[in-house]
Amino acid sequence: MNRLLQERFHGFDFVLVVAMVGLILAYAVQRAQAQGAAPKAAAAPAGNADNGKKLYKSYGCYQCHGYAGQGGAGARIAPKPIPFQAFVSYIRAPKGQMPPYTAKVLKESELADIHAFLQSLPEPPKAKDIPLLNNE
Amino acid sequence: MDKSEKTKKSSVDRRDFLKLAATGAAALVASAKSAEAEEEVVAARPDTGAPKASEAEVLTTDRPGSDFMVDVMKSLGFEYVFSNPGSSFRSLQESIVNYGKNKDPEFITCCHEESSVAMGHGYFKVEGRPVAVFAHGTVGLQHAAMGIYNAFCDRVPVYVILGNTFDATKRRPGAEWSHSVQDAASMVRDYTKWDDMPISLAHFSESAVRAYKIAMTPPMEPVVIVADSDLQESPIEGNEPRLTKLTLTRPPQGDSGAVAEAAKMLVAAENPVLIADRLGRTAIGMKYLAELAEALQAPVIDGGGRMNFPSHHPLNQTERRGALLSNADVILGLELGDYWGEIHTMRDQLHRSTRNNYKQGVKLITIAATELYSKSNYQDFQRFQEVDLAIGADGEATLPSLIEEVKRLTTADRKRAFEDRGKKLAAARGPAHDRMLEEARYAWDSSPISHARLAAEVWAQIKNKDWALVSGGGGWAKRLWNFDKYYQYIGGPGGGGVGYGSPAAVGAALAHRKHGRFVVNIQNDGDIMYAPGVLWTAAHHRIPMLTVMNNNRAYHQEIMHLQRMASFHNRDITTAHIGTTIEDPNIDYAKLAQSMGWYAEGPITDPAALGPALQRAIASVERGQPALLDTVTQPR
Repeated sequence: MNRLLQERFHGFDFVLVVAMVGLILAYAVQRAQAQGAAPKAAAAPAGNADNGKKLYKSYGCYQCHGYAGQGGAGARIAPKPIPFQAFVSYIRAPKGQMPPYTAKVLKESELADIHAFLQSLPEPPKAKDIPLLNNE
Repeated sequence: MDKSEKTKKSSVDRRDFLKLAATGAAALVASAKSAEAEEEVVAARPDTGAPKASEAEVLTTDRPGSDFMVDVMKSLGFEYVFSNPGSSFRSLQESIVNYGKNKDPEFITCCHEESSVAMGHGYFKVEGRPVAVFAHGTVGLQHAAMGIYNAFCDRVPVYVILGNTFDATKRRPGAEWSHSVQDAASMVRDYTKWDDMPISLAHFSESAVRAYKIAMTPPMEPVVIVADSDLQESPIEGNEPRLTKLTLTRPPQGDSGAVAEAAKMLVAAENPVLIADRLGRTAIGMKYLAELAEALQAPVIDGGGRMNFPSHHPLNQTERRGALLSNADVILGLELGDYWGEIHTMRDQLHRSTRNNYKQGVKLITIAATELYSKSNYQDFQRFQEVDLAIGADGEATLPSLIEEVKRLTTADRKRAFEDRGKKLAAARGPAHDRMLEEARYAWDSSPISHARLAAEVWAQIKNKDWALVSGGGGWAKRLWNFDKYYQYIGGPGGGGVGYGSPAAVGAALAHRKHGRFVVNIQNDGDIMYAPGVLWTAAHHRIPMLTVMNNNRAYHQEIMHLQRMASFHNRDITTAHIGTTIEDPNIDYAKLAQSMGWYAEGPITDPAALGPALQRAIASVERGQPALLDTVTQPR
């Protein structure tokens, strides 16, 4: 893209255009952050699963999603939770019945810990291997 | 039950007076001189209206009015009276237990009037006929009111008889005044179908029969009869009134033209959907719905208000409701309590919004008795739903003519189309069922115990018995168990009033007892704490049942509401437990049940312990003693 821009704009004009594009991008990121959406390009921060387990309980996530993330009133979210960025985006601006949790009440670092906890939960046995579920 | 000190005091004073009177009378006989002197004293007293010593006071009667009232109740076929005892119907109660020999009806002792009504609510949904409930016209009815409201919303006839002393000159001082009221039924008139306050025994006979008839005509609802205490206790004078004959009104069937129109729409539809809620009024309703669904090869969504459709029938497609509704071209609603809610979703966010679950152009048909009768103050009728064809009739009574019309209109071509549709539906059901089982495996070995694990463990123990589930909602039990008999499920509270569950379960269990069925109740912890005395009623009256707690140590619905509000208000989300949890201390439901005569174990938090515990509890039930397991569960 730099080469295309260079071919189209020369010298100072080129620098001006690059600076304007940079400003526009920065503004877009700032707006996204203000609305609570994580910047798409950022990698998932490392989270602490132990702390995540405590937060999962104290913030009441288990009330709708169950202690093991199995679901209930809310959707199943573990094991294998959705990618971190999608996880954060949904919590900030849920599309269904889940209430929203803004950064004011639930920081991204805390979400990282909760996400790490959900990732740590083991896969349960397969339904076909559970005799009571093949008991009609 | 009289609680005031004044009443106790007046009872004591009366006993002392009677003792003195007996002593005085003996002294008069013994001494003629004393008798002359006494007569002079008596003659000198002012006239108080009390009988004079020389007049014979009538103190007994062989035939009180309440005996006739019991004759009326027997003629109506009441098997039970559910009641907490009360002075305003003391004569009626005595007539039940002595004159009526405490049989048909039998007096069942309840510890709270709300329990009496809810027991009647559960009983009716198994047995198909109402019980009578006695209560004081004031304090008893106030307790009973929520139970009556639940029954009203659930279209269940509970027959309430209220004691009241209308004549002010007949009321004893104290409690009998606070137990009296000008218009007893007014408090519940917005959620009962009919009421009366008879002033003679003949009037009582006619009104009692009329009330029964009205209660049992769809849409069925609670009714109230006020039994004046003076009418109960006074001797029957002159010729005894005759008993009024009961002839039940046949339930209303749909207009033949409308039924033909509905059949035409259903037969022509490519993707019809049948939704049933409170359709199964009797066992035949389930049979008819299966016949209609099979004739059309149409999927059925079971709304769960009653036992409408076998859970493992290939056309039971309740698990696929979203896909079915969004693709439907004709939807038939059968006795739906909330048609709008069935086909819309409302997002509960700061600003609520609604989404249609159906496609544009879908034709909507409703068959419901509630089209014929509704009250306005209490809003249990739900949001108004526009439809294309509304048939005001009892769903179960209308199905035979609808089935006949559908079969008449079905050509060979349509029959082939239906068969293709049926095959596709059966094929789609399999994967949906598998997905449900996959969902059940999550948190399988967790503590607290998952609801799927709890339901599966119970099913393993009862599936070969003649069982019945008496708790509402259903949850994982409804998804995993094989429901194929009408009496195996009775729906929920109707009005959403918490506290229905445990007494309704006991009432239903009583109905099942004579049929020898094994009764299971999955009991919410918050619900049982409203009136736990019903556990004593079950033990005292030898009502065998297995109660497995859904002990999530909270009013869980309310926790979620508090969380939602904290999120909306963008502030502390860690406080939703305040005012909503039932812990610290944890209630020991096993000890609670044991204290009232049940076999009980718990708390059980390890799912691996469930199987053996269930076996022990079941053995107790089969010996005739109700049993409770305090199982600590996941939130949902």
